[in-house]
Amino acid sequence: MATYFLKRLALALVTLWILSLIVFFAGQVLPGDPGRAILGNLAAQSSVRALDHQLGVDRPLLTQYWSWLSGLVRGDFGQSYQFRAPVRPFLGAALVNSLKLAALAFIVVVPLGIFGGVVAALTVGRGTDRIISVTGLSAATVPEFVSGIVVIVIFGVWLKVLPVSASAGTGASVASQLDHLILPVIPLVFVLFGYIARMARAGTIEALDSDYARTATLKGLKRSVVIRRHVLRNALLPTITVIATQTGYLIGGLVVVETLFNYQGIGNLIYKAALAKDFPMLEAGVLIIGVVYLVATLMADVLYTVLNPRLRLGISG
Amino acid sequence: MTNIAAPPAAGVAVARAERSGDLTPWRLLLRRPTFLAGAAILLFWVACAAFGRSIAPHDPLAQQLLATNSAPSGAHWFGTDQLGRDAFSRVIVGVRDILLISSLATVLGTVLGTALGLIMGYLGGVADILVGRIVEAVLALPLVIVAFLFVVALGPSPLVITIVVGFVFTPLIARTVRSAVLVESQLDYLSSARLLGEKSPYIMAVEILPNVVPTILVEFTVRLGYAIFTVATLSFLGFGVQPPTPDWGSDIAHNYVTLGAGYWWMTLFPALAIASLVIAINLVTDSIEQVLAS
Repeated sequence: MATYFLKRLALALVTLWILSLIVFFAGQVLPGDPGRAILGNLAAQSSVRALDHQLGVDRPLLTQYWSWLSGLVRGDFGQSYQFRAPVRPFLGAALVNSLKLAALAFIVVVPLGIFGGVVAALTVGRGTDRIISVTGLSAATVPEFVSGIVVIVIFGVWLKVLPVSASAGTGASVASQLDHLILPVIPLVFVLFGYIARMARAGTIEALDSDYARTATLKGLKRSVVIRRHVLRNALLPTITVIATQTGYLIGGLVVVETLFNYQGIGNLIYKAALAKDFPMLEAGVLIIGVVYLVATLMADVLYTVLNPRLRLGISG
Repeated sequence: MTNIAAPPAAGVAVARAERSGDLTPWRLLLRRPTFLAGAAILLFWVACAAFGRSIAPHDPLAQQLLATNSAPSGAHWFGTDQLGRDAFSRVIVGVRDILLISSLATVLGTVLGTALGLIMGYLGGVADILVGRIVEAVLALPLVIVAFLFVVALGPSPLVITIVVGFVFTPLIARTVRSAVLVESQLDYLSSARLLGEKSPYIMAVEILPNVVPTILVEFTVRLGYAIFTVATLSFLGFGVQPPTPDWGSDIAHNYVTLGAGYWWMTLFPALAIASLVIAINLVTDSIEQVLAS
C-alpha cells in the first residue's frame, strides 16, 4: 500500500515537472516582447530594453526557467505584467470563486449522473437506456457556451426569472449568491452528466452480469435488494475515479462559463491574462489547474484503493 | 460514406453480421432511425458548407444599417444582427470553416495518434513509458486550455487551429489505439508473423492495423464531436475564425452582449446550429458503436 502511494506520488511529480516544461516553453513561443507589450508602441527602444532587463526576460531561457521553477517551489508565482503586482493574491481569490462554482456543479451532477447511469443500466438496450445514453453523450459534447446561451435566453431573457450574470456583487447574501450561480452551473452539469452516467452505466452492467449478483438472485433475494446491496456497491467504485478525473474538464469549462457569465474565477483570470499577454499570470494559472487535476486524480486513486477491499488487502485479481 | 463504413467489414463485424442474416454493417446502420436522423442533419450541414453562398437568401456580409437588430420575420427568418446582417444567411454560411477545420484536425490527430499508438502498444519499452508520461502531462490540462494556450501563442489562423487541435487530440487517440494494439499483441497470429521473420513496421502496418480499424473508426467519430466542441469554443473566446467571416462561435461572442437588451435571436440560432451539428455526429457515432458491438 505505502509503496503504491509513494510510486503514484512520484509519478505525479514527474508529470507535474513535464507540465511545467510545457507551460513554460509554450509561454516562450508567444510572440512579442513583454516590455513592448506593457509600454506600448510609442515607447522608446531603450526604455523597453530597460523594462525587459528589470523583468528578467532578456536572460537565457534556461536561467529564466530555473528562476521561475525555484520561485514556484518557494510559493512565489512571479509578478503580473498587467497589474504590476504579485500574481498570488489574484490566483487565490479567483480559485476560491471557481471552487464555489465547481462545488455546486458537482453537488448537482454527481447524484444525477449516477442515477441516470444506473437507470440506463437497468433498462439496457431498451428505449430509456438509449435516450439517457445518447442524451448524455450529446450533452457532453455540446460546448458550455452553447448550452449557456440557451439557458440564458430561456430563463434570463424570455422568462426573466434568473439573473444572467454570475456575480452577485460584494457582500451579497448566500441565497443571492446561489441565485446568481444557478444558470452558470447548468452548462457544467450538462457537460459532466454524460461522463458520469456512462461510467455508472458500464459499472452497473458489469456488476449485474457478475457471479455474485447471480448467486444473490438465485438464493431468492428480491431484485431491489440485489441491486442495492450487491450491484451498486461494486458498480459505483469505478465511477469515483471518473468523477475525480472530470475535475480537469470542469475547469476547462470554467474558462468559457466564467467568461460568458462574467464571473471572477480562475478561468476568467487565465482568459484575461491571455488577452493581455500577461505570461506570468497565464503560466501560473494554467499550472495551478494542472496541480488541481493531479491532486484530484491522486485522491481518486487513494479513495479507490481504500474502498476496494481487494486492493486494500493486497489481493490481486 | 460507404467508404467510412466499409473498413470494419474486413474485421470481426462482418463475420458476425453475416451470421445474423447476411447483413453488412452498412445495411445494419441504415436500419437504425438514430443513424438516419444523424446522417440527415450532417448531410444538410455538409451541403451548406459546400454550397452555402448559393443557398443563403442574403449576402451574409451585407450590412443594412436601417434594419439592425430586427426580430425574426418573413424577410429575415432568424432576424438581423447589430450591423443589420441577415442572421439566417450567417448561420448557413458559418458552418463551412468550423466543419472544415474540425474534420481536418480530427484526420490529423487520428493519423498521428494511430501511428503513435501502434508504436507504443507494439514496441513498448522506453518509447511507451516516455510517451505515456507526456500524454499524462498533456491530459492533466483541460484540452480547451492547452489548445487555447497554443493558439494564443501562435496566433489564430485556420491552419494554426487545425494543427493545434490535431496535435492536442493525438495523445488521446494514441492511448485508445495503444490499448487495442495491446489486446492484439496477445493473439497467435502475431507470434506467427514474428516467427515468419516479418519486420516490426510491416507487422504494425499490415498485420495489426486492419484489426484495430473499427476502434479507430469509433474514436474518429467521437473525436470529431470534440473537435467541433473545441474549435467552436476557441472561436467563442476570440481565438478562432476571425470576423467578418461568418462563424457560429465568433458570431455568438460578438452578439451575446445584446442579450441584456432582449435581442436573443442573434445568439440563440448559431447556438442551436452548433448543438444540432454535435448531436448529429453523436447519433451517428452511437449507431456505429451499437452496430459494431452487436
